[in-house]
Amino acid sequence: MGTPVSQQTRDLYWRENRRLMLILGFFWFVVSLGCGVLWVEPLNRIQMGGFKLGFWFAQQGAIYGFILLTFIYALAMARLEKRLGLEEPDA
Amino acid sequence: MSLTETTYWVVGASFALYVVIAIRSRASTTQEFYVAGKGIHPIANGMATAADWMSAASFISMAGLIGLSYNGYGGSVFLMGWTGGYVLLAMLIAPYLRKYGKFTVPEFIGDRYYSNTARIVAVLCLIICSVTYVIGQMKGIGVAFSRFLETDYETGLLSGMVIVFFYAVLGGMKGITYTQIAQFCVLIFAYTVPAIFISLQLTGQPIPQLGLGGTLADGSYLLHKLDHILLDLGFQEYTTALRGSTLNMAAFTASLMIGTAGLPHVIIRFFTVPTVRAARTSAGWALVFIAILYTTAPAVAAMARLNIIQILEPEAGQALLIEERPTWFKNWERTGLLEIDDKNGDGRIQYHADPERNELVKLDNDILVLANPEIANLPNWVIALVAAGGLAAALSTAAGLLLAISSAISHDLLKRTLMPQITERQELMASRIAMSLAVLGAGYLGLNPPGFAAGTVALAFGLAAASLFPALFLGIFSQRVTREGAILGMLSGISVTLIYVFQHKGIMFIPGTSFLGNLSPNWFFGIEPNAFGVVGAMVNFTVTLIVTRFTPAPPEEVRVLVERVRVPIS
Repeated sequence: MGTPVSQQTRDLYWRENRRLMLILGFFWFVVSLGCGVLWVEPLNRIQMGGFKLGFWFAQQGAIYGFILLTFIYALAMARLEKRLGLEEPDA
Repeated sequence: MSLTETTYWVVGASFALYVVIAIRSRASTTQEFYVAGKGIHPIANGMATAADWMSAASFISMAGLIGLSYNGYGGSVFLMGWTGGYVLLAMLIAPYLRKYGKFTVPEFIGDRYYSNTARIVAVLCLIICSVTYVIGQMKGIGVAFSRFLETDYETGLLSGMVIVFFYAVLGGMKGITYTQIAQFCVLIFAYTVPAIFISLQLTGQPIPQLGLGGTLADGSYLLHKLDHILLDLGFQEYTTALRGSTLNMAAFTASLMIGTAGLPHVIIRFFTVPTVRAARTSAGWALVFIAILYTTAPAVAAMARLNIIQILEPEAGQALLIEERPTWFKNWERTGLLEIDDKNGDGRIQYHADPERNELVKLDNDILVLANPEIANLPNWVIALVAAGGLAAALSTAAGLLLAISSAISHDLLKRTLMPQITERQELMASRIAMSLAVLGAGYLGLNPPGFAAGTVALAFGLAAASLFPALFLGIFSQRVTREGAILGMLSGISVTLIYVFQHKGIMFIPGTSFLGNLSPNWFFGIEPNAFGVVGAMVNFTVTLIVTRFTPAPPEEVRVLVERVRVPIS
């Protein structure tokens, strides 16, 4: 807790964090509001097994995408913290 | 053993389990009462969050909302909205509030916006969101009891209150966490077992998520067949039926997502894990556990709808004879969830989209989940399990909400504002008293539901999206936003949303007081009241940022606080 962290490291950490959020946020939008709502009609012309693709995104795919994005974020942030020496000790 | 006896045994066993857990996890400090001592493993917290999150609405009503009211595709707003919020929570809110390291959501808002007024406005917003939400849970408990255990509604509600009282008042967050883990196991088992059976029966595929895209006995795709049958009956196609317009669906989804990331009873679950890192992975695990139910629900929706239609029309063009309707059908007619009216007097039940011709005059959304095991001829213990699962879903959410309400009162109003001199022991006592009052209050509202009780769960999300989320987000991502900005932003966001809902649905939902009428031509860009939270959030953001420009910058210690919550150590 007591270790001071340089302003430079803080700024770098926050910049990297925001960059990662923007990238993942973009995919968050694409899998849900994009494929599931806005572009659902053209995607529905593609049939995937018994599913129309747009419908599949809206009722299944978006959720799988969210899980993936959340874990990618957690892993990437843990790596970033390790790289910058900002790892918390396990409590 | 009769069905009622089996149900008593299964529900009784689940309640006994919760009580044993409560006795073993008694809270003895405020830290344990508010945040379970910050020692919960991220996977365990993920499970508890999932139970906290999935309410009676998710368990009992959601599949029916998707399959019946929203006719398929339109119901996707709930699926995407109530899961997508976790991505926002994991990236934008949870890790920083965990780093902040204190007990409640209004506490962060009060400290970040260096103002007790901001703290109290946040407490107010929290109570408005949580109380609208908790009424629905209490009703769910009463209804589940009365339907499955054949008690009256009041007895059911009181039994539920006694159980919640026991483990929430005694154990606080610590007791709630461990019971929620048990409740998650009960509810997810109860939801998936009937789903697997119905998927096997219809498509031969044991995994419902795949069965939804699978083929029926006649070789045609399930969804394809459902589309055709519904078109024949005068409904819209299942896989493409929009809810309102594309804009309305996008707004509805976004409101539920943002609301999820702003609901205090979910956010405080992430205060219970040991590290910032654990808060992030825990959100991922919560989503995995939630997704088990949320990806099964659309399969249940489509399969149960198809099943019901096929039962009503056993041979092509030949509707079911009223006298030949199955026993489960008669049983559920007694509860009022199903109702038939043989309008043309031919002794058969015609099901049709046209209300003039439709003879299945009442087909309640909840039927899809509640009657599913009977429709599929499953054994009694599975039916009993659904009862225990519905109760677990309602109890776990009610407990989480009650904790959020009582900690806002005992910690933010008493300790941080009105009586800062009280000791930890006194505060712990105060939080137990506040929790007891919250249980009694919720029980009272469950027994005497105000006119607006039904259909307000979605409103809670709109209100959270319009009030708390922007204040939290800007508090973390901007150092410049001022207390004046945040206070006026929260007030304007929540007011705009409430006014929009009230002017279409009646002041406090009293019919007749809606001065615009709940008519879609009067909707702002065709956005329905439940989907308005995203507009409220935009109003909040705009007001906050404009007011901030014209008010003096926050003091230095706020800058230090923001710097501190952004980085996991130091």
